[in-house]
Amino acid sequence: MTIASILSRIVGAPDYDAYLAHLRECHPEQTPLSKEEFVRQRLEERYNTPGNRCC
Amino acid sequence: MVDTSATRSPPLDQGETCIAEPGIPLQFPWVFGPFLPELRLRRLSTILTWTAVALAGAFAFGRLALSRGETINAAWLLTAALCTYAVGYRFYSRFITARLFALDDRHPTPAHRLSDGRDYVPTNKWIVFGHHFAAIAGPGPLVGPTLAAQFGYLPGALWIIIGVVLGGAVQDLVILCASLRRDGKSLGQMAAEEIGPVAGIIALVAILGIMVILISVLGLVIVNALKASPWGVVTIGLTIPIALIMGIYLRYIRPHRVLEASAIGIVLLVVALFVGQWVAHNSAVAPMFTLSSTTLAFSVMAYGFIASVTPVWLLLAPRDYLSAFVKIGVVVALALGLLLVLPPLQMPALTTFASVGTGPVFAGKLFPFAFITIACGAISGFHALIASGTTPKLIDKETDARMIGYGAMLTESLVAVMALIAACLLTPGIYFAINSPASAIGTTVQSAAHAVSSWGFSITPDQLSLLAHQVGEQSLLSRTGGAPSLAVGMAQLFSNIIGGDTAKALWYHFAIMFEALFILTTLDAGTRVGRFILQDLGQRIWAPLGRVSWYPAVVIASALFVLMWGHFLYWGVRDPLGGVNSLWPLFGIANQLLAAIALCVGTTIIINQGKARYAFLTFVPLAWLVVVTATAGYQKIMSPSPKLGFLAHASTLQQAITTGVFPPGVADASIAAKLMWNDRLDAGITAFFLIAVIAILVASIARWTRGIRDGARNEAHA
Repeated sequence: MTIASILSRIVGAPDYDAYLAHLRECHPEQTPLSKEEFVRQRLEERYNTPGNRCC
Repeated sequence: MVDTSATRSPPLDQGETCIAEPGIPLQFPWVFGPFLPELRLRRLSTILTWTAVALAGAFAFGRLALSRGETINAAWLLTAALCTYAVGYRFYSRFITARLFALDDRHPTPAHRLSDGRDYVPTNKWIVFGHHFAAIAGPGPLVGPTLAAQFGYLPGALWIIIGVVLGGAVQDLVILCASLRRDGKSLGQMAAEEIGPVAGIIALVAILGIMVILISVLGLVIVNALKASPWGVVTIGLTIPIALIMGIYLRYIRPHRVLEASAIGIVLLVVALFVGQWVAHNSAVAPMFTLSSTTLAFSVMAYGFIASVTPVWLLLAPRDYLSAFVKIGVVVALALGLLLVLPPLQMPALTTFASVGTGPVFAGKLFPFAFITIACGAISGFHALIASGTTPKLIDKETDARMIGYGAMLTESLVAVMALIAACLLTPGIYFAINSPASAIGTTVQSAAHAVSSWGFSITPDQLSLLAHQVGEQSLLSRTGGAPSLAVGMAQLFSNIIGGDTAKALWYHFAIMFEALFILTTLDAGTRVGRFILQDLGQRIWAPLGRVSWYPAVVIASALFVLMWGHFLYWGVRDPLGGVNSLWPLFGIANQLLAAIALCVGTTIIINQGKARYAFLTFVPLAWLVVVTATAGYQKIMSPSPKLGFLAHASTLQQAITTGVFPPGVADASIAAKLMWNDRLDAGITAFFLIAVIAILVASIARWTRGIRDGARNEAHA
């Protein structure tokens, strides 16, 4: 794991590699989302619910 | 989303190689012996080490508490904090995870069982720790301790250090473990399932209420830091285009290179700092950016609205990355700076305001107001949302929860201790001149020096002017809200190491920029979440209001939520007592209400598990919080002192309207009438929070008695 990926996970950037790895392992029959689509969905979800930012 | 992987065997079952925590024996039988029949003494050296740590901490506490009339070095405070954290982490947190939850790495976590590559992703414990810390630590632990420094350093220090070990960190850990064992369920869901549906509804409304108050008070902190400060306005204003540039970079130029974009952002932040300096020194442009409090208040509202309706990739997400990096960087820098300089604390251990209750920063005596003012850093209910939000879905092994839940909260507490030190290393006269409202100290350096000196903290007008000049501001008087005095403290600390007096202005504005950056990050993300909660509630009235991509609904819900917090922000700015005096205690009460809900949920879960003998772990902090919030809430509503009690203040305004003689800061009868209405609104909100605490407590106690009775019956059968 590179320093870049460690840091970007700490700040909560969408982790496309983990998503691909998960699909490969558990749902090899599914076509994965494109990176753009995955990132867009993850960011939308992140800012829709309380529970990711505090006082 | 339902995932079929839940039915398969867990992907990373560790079987025989797993190390289960309960197998590790604990030391200190005389403390934990009654609960640990199988306890064995281990190596003598371990015992000696921990005895030494405990003694060092106790000795440091003794020095802090007993020093009178001489300044004491910050090293004592840091030693007391670090030793207490170490002992608390090593023994108390292990006691909780081993005995109460029996965390065991052979249980697959939700991240494995429900793995979906999105929310549920098994993640290395240090990454989860960093992520959780960046999520829980916001401006709260910086502002609260700074304000509470008006009582002296001792009350704040004791509450932060003891409160976190026995309260805040316990709450975070218990909620995290509970959520971990319940597929990552949220606090609201757990409240509804464990206590009852009423508790779930109260939790939802409390979350909305706390967000309105939180965002308005944070907006007020920003307004007070930036009013009549062209340098600050330009630097903070430029952080918005910087975030936009990062957003465009991440989408179109080098997609998803978060680290690159953040590095560019940080370089641009430094540039913005110097642009601000240039503007402040340029008499042609400086007046354009010298804004009044009300203009700034409306700008902050406009920003919150825009951030809520624009796509997240453009503004919110890049700003969030930037702020997370800056936050971690500054916390580390502050720790290093304190260790290098080890400044003496200028503030006395205890000021007279603690017992008299007439403090200029906020009204009220040490009990209960020190415990309301400092929420984040000692115990913060908001954390329960995060400990039952993103974090439990990322945890790889059950035993990781201890470091993440308990450890990250200890780290936040250390941030609070550092903020307290930064406030107390200022000359007390300067601290009070910055943090007292104009109604207490007037608007000139002469009147301020006179007023502050009359309280026993001697200061001269020249000293006040000189300091303002050194940090590149026209005036530092009545910059209430904590951020500016913390920035002055940090500037003093950092300029000691790099740059000397000439660099003070740069360090001051750097500190303001960093505080404003993550206040605005909480403000914009909070406004967006508030919008979603309102849309969720709105669709029960009319379904289309819930459609998140229907623009009219988005605009209406965003505008409504901004109006809600904007109202408090605007009247906080107009408040002659300084809005911090009314809004910060409201925020503290709201946050402690959420903590009380979380601890009720925790206690109920413990009893429902049949472990009522361990219920004291969450019940003791719960009882303390209920006493504190009830006393503070009652005093804020009913106190006969107009500075403290909302209703008493309203009736002095009523009198002013009838007699026609208005207090300073109130222009005419129409303003007085609006302020009066606002006081009554504040009293109503406080009353609502109190009723909510009582309702959830009653519902919980009913559940507890049933749980204990069932437990006793089961034992009788066995």
